[in-house]
Amino acid sequence: MNWKRAAIASLFAIPVILLFAWGMTKDPKDIPSPLPGREAPTFALDVFAPGQPPLLRNVGDTIRLADMKGEVVVLNFWASWCLACRDEHSTLSEVARSYAGKPVHFYGVLYNDAPVNGTNWIAEMGGQSYPSLNDPKARTAIDYGLYGVPETFFLDRNGRVAYKHTGPVPAAVIARVVDSLMAAPAATPAAPSPAPAGAASQPKAGG
Amino acid sequence: MRRTMFTWSLIAAAASLAFAQNAPSAPPSDPKQAGAISPEQIQKEGKSAAERSALNMRTANDTALEAMTTAVASELRCPVCQGLSLQASPSELAQQMRGLVKDQLAEGKSPDEVKAYFVSKYGEWILLSPKPQGFNLLAYLLPVLLVVGGGAFIWVLVRKWSAPPVTESNPSSTDSAV
Repeated sequence: MNWKRAAIASLFAIPVILLFAWGMTKDPKDIPSPLPGREAPTFALDVFAPGQPPLLRNVGDTIRLADMKGEVVVLNFWASWCLACRDEHSTLSEVARSYAGKPVHFYGVLYNDAPVNGTNWIAEMGGQSYPSLNDPKARTAIDYGLYGVPETFFLDRNGRVAYKHTGPVPAAVIARVVDSLMAAPAATPAAPSPAPAGAASQPKAGG
Repeated sequence: MRRTMFTWSLIAAAASLAFAQNAPSAPPSDPKQAGAISPEQIQKEGKSAAERSALNMRTANDTALEAMTTAVASELRCPVCQGLSLQASPSELAQQMRGLVKDQLAEGKSPDEVKAYFVSKYGEWILLSPKPQGFNLLAYLLPVLLVVGGGAFIWVLVRKWSAPPVTESNPSSTDSAV
């Protein structure tokens, strides 16, 4: 009789325990993005920080994704109030400069911040090699399913989101992804290169 | 007698007051008389009535749009909060997303289309109530199963506890009473 009771109790308890145990293995901030593999949301944003030669763009110029078909685009969402953005700033700036003249564009997109704060922050950080764009009302950020900053999107030559990186992006990840996207033919969708071990490959909430 | 006269004088005073009040509303024989409504006035009043009506309609539309925005924003999760909807969250991103919900509804998109837009950007995670399909069904069925199972368990226990003790020498209390 006792064995029967124990079996019935186990029948109810074990699935619930397993469910909770499975839940404990999941990071609640680890939220898969549906964007990689899909067509990148279009945007037309104005330059507020010009960058530096040879990547210089005029302040007020409108940058349209549609004008960059056939080329790789790296979009880095950042803000002056974001501490993690300081960690990746010099890396991104240097890597972007090293790709000057190649079919890849680097753009920063200011997220929930005033352009004047962004400009001051760039000056404080010693400049930025690539231009930064203003995103009023965070409409482009929402279009890209942004959770926080910094987040970096790599768009392939066919205008698709190939890879999304959450948190400060290491130089090795940028080089690996950009090189693989540049090497991929423009006519067929480029497969994103797997991220190196330790690199964040999924978006995390509240970044 | 004096009381009757006083009553009649009150009635007469009330009647004359009522007549005096009604008198100006009677149509004047001369249109140029004071109080007459000119065609310009009619046109002006008609115009203001139309404006008032348009304003009322706009207010009603705004109220309906706001209510629909609130309903949709209450079903979408704030990405930078813990379990809060866009409607409940004071965060800047949530408010911007709520603004986008309102704009899309104002453009003529249906609530389902607006929710589908956010799902396409953030995945199904953005829905506070997951779609009742596949693995998500557990979230809907498990509480019902637990309530039914728990209820049945309690019912069995209560029946067992409230049953009179049965012994061989004393099978029932009624027998012993007889």
